Amino acid sequence: MATLLHVQNLTVRFGRRTVLENLGFDLHAGEVMAVIGPNGSGKTVLLKSLLRLIPSTGVIAWAPGTQAGYVPQKIAPDRGLPLRVREALEAKARILRLGPGEVAIAAETAGLGEELLDSAVGILSGGQFQKLLIAFALLGQPNVLLFDEPTASLDELSEERVYDLLHRLQAERSMTVILVSHDLSVVFRYATTVLCLSRGLTCSGPPKEILTPTALEALYGAPAKFYAHHEEHGR
Amino acid sequence: MTAGEFYALALALLFAVAAGLVGSFALSKRMLLASDVLSHLALPGLGLALLIHVNPLVGGAASLLIGTLLVWHLEQRTGLAADVTIGVVFAAGLALGALVTPREDLLEALFGKFQPLSLPSFLLGAAAVIAIALFLFRFRDALVLSLLSPELASSVGVSLSRLELYFLLIFSLTILVGLQFMGALLASALVILPAAIGRRFANSLSHFLLASSAASVLAVLLGYFLGRRLFPSLGLGPMIVIVAALIFVASLAFGPKQHAGA
Repeated sequence: MATLLHVQNLTVRFGRRTVLENLGFDLHAGEVMAVIGPNGSGKTVLLKSLLRLIPSTGVIAWAPGTQAGYVPQKIAPDRGLPLRVREALEAKARILRLGPGEVAIAAETAGLGEELLDSAVGILSGGQFQKLLIAFALLGQPNVLLFDEPTASLDELSEERVYDLLHRLQAERSMTVILVSHDLSVVFRYATTVLCLSRGLTCSGPPKEILTPTALEALYGAPAKFYAHHEEHGR
Repeated sequence: MTAGEFYALALALLFAVAAGLVGSFALSKRMLLASDVLSHLALPGLGLALLIHVNPLVGGAASLLIGTLLVWHLEQRTGLAADVTIGVVFAAGLALGALVTPREDLLEALFGKFQPLSLPSFLLGAAAVIAIALFLFRFRDALVLSLLSPELASSVGVSLSRLELYFLLIFSLTILVGLQFMGALLASALVILPAAIGRRFANSLSHFLLASSAASVLAVLLGYFLGRRLFPSLGLGPMIVIVAALIFVASLAFGPKQHAGA
């Protein structure tokens, strides 16, 4: 498998606080990498630094021609914003100089119907807004998706749909995915590799090796009871 | 109507369109009041120019530009929100303006005066309005994304700090066009009120831009004719603002119960 992303000695500091230190890993094309770790361990910071949205030191080398799509952690849209879903998507399409019809394709893939496309952004529900974010990320046909807590604000049914979509994208377009998730059952089901972050301690490997009760206890600092529960139903 | 009066009215209407467009984005960015205050920064330059007998518009432009750059610089350096930095710079600017502006010119500097325009002045103003419209057209997508989420905007490659600077400069340019006949205090009113009216009737950006500009043009037209007919001795600036405020009140009574999207 071709290396899509090579990270070495990645360090991110905010003032005097070090959030990520000397992090290194490789990601291969077609992999689904789950990033796990307790709150404040730098998962979101990692995604943002990979996208160069925040300054960092070290090596972040994407393979030439890599197009990244980013689905941020839930953002609260301004309720009074006079903006239609379609206008938001078309804005990105124009900035990237995409051909006509790309908005329709991305919207359809993300499950945004005509009715939602003509809705004001401010009145969307959590799940509908998530679809907008996914359609937004898919515009421009990225070959890697960075997904931050994709289901944090969704009920279980919508959650299932988001993961189905992710799975489809990965299977049909052999999309590479970096996924931040708290839900270990999801990680177990979808990830091909896991990167765990915890102050000073990092580990990486296939889910079966990483997601052991002992390793999780070390990572989260408490026995991960919920994990065992999910494992029985997970597969 | 003389040619000079016609040019003045035509430029006032062009200003109205620019103010409606800029106001729509300022309202969406939730910086209407902040940008209103920014406009008062023209006063110290105006006053200084009057004091040393230079074209007051040149003075106003200079102090607006300096103030705008100062606001942007403080915002980038300190991480404070635009309204905070504008508030600080404004207070200092207004005090300075009140000190240096000659007493007999103060009223005119604050509230404006509608006077006939020469063709070159009209053309200069019209060029500024065209520049404002072109800028907004060119950067509308970046502005839209920054409204939706600054993070998403930068993930598409939009430079937020540069966009912020451009927007502040375009805002100042708009104020400058309206400064002569609306004055340093009222020029921004035509940015605020039409946007407030337009917002009540639109839930898409394109409709919003249209509605705000239309409301702004209507206020200037009505204000102009009412002012000339009824209160010829008064400045037209206050009349236009009062008309705009009345249109807003009417939109409360006759418009949709709640603004769309809320």
